[in-house]
Amino acid sequence: MTTKLFGTKVPRVEDQRFLRGQGRYVDDLLTDDPRLLHAAVLRSPHAHARIVDIDVSDVLDLDGVVAVWTWEDLTGPMAEPLPLLIPHPTLTHGRTQYALAREEVNYVGEAIAFVVAVDRYVAEDAVARIRVDYEYLEPVVGIDAARAAERTVHDDVPDNVGARMEQENGDARAAIAAAPHTLTLELDIERSACTPMEGRGTVARWDPDTSRLTVWSSTQTSTGVRGCVAAKLGLDLARVDVITPDVGGGFGVKVVHPWPEELLVPLAAKTLGRPVKYTEDRREHFISSAHERAQQHHVEVGFDDEGRVLGLNVEFWHDHGAYTPYGLIVPIITSTQLLGPYKPQNYRVVFESLYTNTVIVTPYRGAGRPQGCFVMERTMDAIAAYLGKDRTEVRSTNFIQPDEFPYEHGLIFQDGRELTYDSGDYPASLAKLKELVGWDEFEEFRAEMAAQGRRVGIGLACYVEGTGVGPYEGAHVHIETSGKVKVATGLTTQGQGHQTAFAQIVADTLGVRFEDVEVTTGDTRKMPYAVGTFASRAAVMSGSAIHLAALRAKEKALRIAAEALEASEEDLEIADGVVSVKGTDASIDLGTVAVLSNPLRYAFDEASKAATQFSVGDPGKPPVAEDDEPGLEGKDFYSPPRSTFANGMHAVIVETDPDTAEIRILKYAVVHDCGHLINPMIVEGQIHGGVAQGVGGALYERMAYDESGQLLNASFMDFLMPYVTEVPTSIDIDHLETPSPLNPLGIKGAGEAGVIPSAAVFAAAIEDAEGFPITAMPISPSELFELRLAHADDTTEATTRSTP
Amino acid sequence: MKPAPFAYLRPATLEDALAALAGQQGAKVLAGGQSLVPLLSMRLAAPSTLVDINALPDLGHVTVTGDGDGAGDGVRIGALARHAEVLASAEAAASQPLLAMALSHVAHPTIRNRGTTVGSLVHADAAAEMPMVLRLLEGSVDVASVRGRRTIPAAELFAGPLESTLAHDEIAVEAFFPALAPGAGVAFQEIARRHGDYALVGVAAHVETEGGEVTRARVGFVSVSDVPVVVDVTGAAQDPEGDPAGAALAELEPADDIHATSAYRAHLVKVLTPRVLADAVHHARQRSAQGKSA
Ligand SMILES: Cc1cc2nc3c(=O)[nH]c(=O)nc-3n(C[C@H](O)[C@H](O)[C@H](O)COP(=O)(O)OP(=O)(O)OC[C@H]3O[C@@H](n4cnc5c(N)ncnc54)[C@H](O)[C@@H]3O)c2cc1C
Repeated sequence: MTTKLFGTKVPRVEDQRFLRGQGRYVDDLLTDDPRLLHAAVLRSPHAHARIVDIDVSDVLDLDGVVAVWTWEDLTGPMAEPLPLLIPHPTLTHGRTQYALAREEVNYVGEAIAFVVAVDRYVAEDAVARIRVDYEYLEPVVGIDAARAAERTVHDDVPDNVGARMEQENGDARAAIAAAPHTLTLELDIERSACTPMEGRGTVARWDPDTSRLTVWSSTQTSTGVRGCVAAKLGLDLARVDVITPDVGGGFGVKVVHPWPEELLVPLAAKTLGRPVKYTEDRREHFISSAHERAQQHHVEVGFDDEGRVLGLNVEFWHDHGAYTPYGLIVPIITSTQLLGPYKPQNYRVVFESLYTNTVIVTPYRGAGRPQGCFVMERTMDAIAAYLGKDRTEVRSTNFIQPDEFPYEHGLIFQDGRELTYDSGDYPASLAKLKELVGWDEFEEFRAEMAAQGRRVGIGLACYVEGTGVGPYEGAHVHIETSGKVKVATGLTTQGQGHQTAFAQIVADTLGVRFEDVEVTTGDTRKMPYAVGTFASRAAVMSGSAIHLAALRAKEKALRIAAEALEASEEDLEIADGVVSVKGTDASIDLGTVAVLSNPLRYAFDEASKAATQFSVGDPGKPPVAEDDEPGLEGKDFYSPPRSTFANGMHAVIVETDPDTAEIRILKYAVVHDCGHLINPMIVEGQIHGGVAQGVGGALYERMAYDESGQLLNASFMDFLMPYVTEVPTSIDIDHLETPSPLNPLGIKGAGEAGVIPSAAVFAAAIEDAEGFPITAMPISPSELFELRLAHADDTTEATTRSTP
Repeated sequence: MKPAPFAYLRPATLEDALAALAGQQGAKVLAGGQSLVPLLSMRLAAPSTLVDINALPDLGHVTVTGDGDGAGDGVRIGALARHAEVLASAEAAASQPLLAMALSHVAHPTIRNRGTTVGSLVHADAAAEMPMVLRLLEGSVDVASVRGRRTIPAAELFAGPLESTLAHDEIAVEAFFPALAPGAGVAFQEIARRHGDYALVGVAAHVETEGGEVTRARVGFVSVSDVPVVVDVTGAAQDPEGDPAGAALAELEPADDIHATSAYRAHLVKVLTPRVLADAVHHARQRSAQGKSA
């Protein structure tokens, strides 16, 4: 393969449209259709209540209201709870909500009634006219309340425990008991959320003439939505098309499906015979989409004089909100990915996944890894502090070494497969990071700053990220008679630059011009077999599938071209869309090869004449050979044995203001290894975005629930997503490329990487600046100030130390 | 997030606007909309009628009167002058430097391009910079209604949280910020969570000096009580051992919210108050020195 574009910074083709405001999102669709109706949802104002009565009698009187649904109006599968998407044997008490609440509401924001009207204004007016009688129930808010279990979220879930899961490799408790040194840590992470620029949205149109339903949804999985819509509405799959247009960010929240509205909009469209649109607003996104992150950890670690971890025992409590539609994916990832690049000799982890009367918790970029990374890295820093060793030294001591791959942890990962790392070179990554951030020169810098009355600190954090999880993705590559190449893959795009990266792969594999490749994603009409975009899997899964499909198309092109050019296939090469016999000027355009691939009866244009029945073929044989197909196409699927494991290390230098406790970022450095880079610019863009999101998660964002379960900051006024002024003006990035042996391109995922170590790396740097342990994240200046007060009174360390 | 139904009027004359307001108990003025429109969208306000004043003539001015020596000298800001226009006016900054110092902390450029300074004053948010600045400078607001005109001194403008003393049918037509007198100095500092956010604590100082010595010192505070508060700290400022922040805190009520504890807010008052006082004194001495050399 001529690797012309693979590995180069090809500018993103999608930016022309996006930056000019020409993107087309769900809310932009059907705006000119006068028959379009708009939906609004009545949401619970209470975190926990029984619904005594719903009175909608005033609603239909309102001019412009077309229909209203409550649970009572739903029938068949629509009246049943939403699917539990990823069941797990230890999820003994999984619960999901109804599309519209039945008898009970379990979080502020839960959907109760669905109104369809001529516009969204009238629909909201109508929602305000619905009267609901509630019997108020005491809510369970926060992990402490869930653990205390004085009350339960669901009557039939004792102690609020949805699942308890334990995994162990070796005998951690015995190893800790026998270890020369032990430490215990209590660590906390609060809630945050994806908050994409575009919220959720769905449009549906029922065509009575063809009995087909078309659904456009802002989702990370069109095939998933399609399956759910067909099942819930009782339609044959073949009657449902789901198309994902441009999506203004997902970050995980849009992989959850079906959202109530994703079913109610198609139901309304089919029932009313008019297209219906639902566009979530910002407040709704905060209170009725998904959150993540909240966990409490209790860590016991035993180690030797070098800081080598001999035993690690982690117990944690995971707040999964009111329901468990996405199963245990987040806590399973935390429990396994916590290990990072290290090899504790003995590891035990046990978690409880707990119900609370708050918004559901499902994967948010990083998906449980930021918490695991925080816990492991805090532990490494605590060991270093205890032994008085350099923090990088303790990490080096515990690293899996380059010659130990594939490395088996003896645990089961989130995809139900062995947790086995495929490749990496952690010592090399660390060496690069130390160089990049100036680790060895930092004490000099600290002294310089101190002389000016300034306080600085440095921190680092390492992570390993399982990316490219299965089960599979597919691709279809079609070379048209014009020579243009149309590529379809089923997973969706939320701004990652798939059009560009995938076209790079096709251009290289096939030998065509980049400009001639057009990629379609997330359209079930083009590729009905697909999984979705999440878990940093698009490049690995669809990238590999596209490569394989392009190889098949190429194989066929060479076979036909060889015949046409009367040459042997080995002597052919393809470049810029032309097949030529090496070292001669005999050649044929791929477009012409496409013409020849499809024996025709009718000539519809000049070029197609060449393929008509009196022009081509051996009259003694069938025009299409028995094991062949017409057309110049390739289709293939990629299904890996297990995930591929990318890794990275971040370091940050912060300044904490001795007077105001404000926290400033002076330098941020990233060393990143996602195997071979398809497009370094896109990877760096992903890192930039991830770091920005991580800064938000570490220093600004949180979900401020009060005791009654009201979310106090359900707007961007009070949920402090960082502005461009709050993120570092530059991020120093270096790459290491340890290719994955698991896929043909040697690539690993990069989508989530930037955000994983943020809580860990900022906690480390602030701790280094302040001299007392940081055990809870995120942290605000006000909290840092309160910690300073606490530590001025009490100079004992928060981590308890003991030696047997 | 769509407003409840309302009627919309866009009168072409002040008389028509005042008549419309007088005729409708539930009518509200719409200026830049940067505070009102979010309230409407979240249905936290549901006026029967919006009287949009953006088409009224002769209200977009930022005019400077006098050279700073006289009592009536200062900056007159019309109801339709945007924050950005006031911030961009070099004459306004020369007459009363605190305007620009504070305005650069008000929101972000896009919001300053629409939001009006007068609207901010009558919106009377204790977390907003300009109401406090008006109080500190002892300015005033001119309001009109079908009953006539009146001038409300800053000390009488703020009734409570988000509540001014304007009657429902009054339109604020102009604000007056007195010029900075010779020998006086001002300063402003604030701490916000993010750039351009409402302050966790904002502090401004206004000092008067004679021969370099402080004769009067007052400090204004943002976000540490329900209404804009100004505290006279002359005594503490004149005393080298004095504690102006302590004196101020006695009159403030820093509260807890989701962004900061009351203790942290009180701490920021202690950090920022001496800083702005020192800056203001420095500013006053600098201006005196320049005045003499000119
Ligand atoms: C994201 C964001 C951040 C912001 N940050 C800050 C900040 O940091 N500091 C700050 O001070 N402000 C901030 N603001 C508010 C901004 O400054 C507003 O522009 C200002 O508070 C109100 O001015 P307006 O012209 O937009 O008034 P409008 O929103 O039109 O009106 C506000 C209120 O005042 C009344 N009103 C307005 N003009 C008149 C008048 N002439 N006569 C009688 N009544 C009138 C209206 O009826 C309404 O009740 C922010 C706003 C946003 C959206």
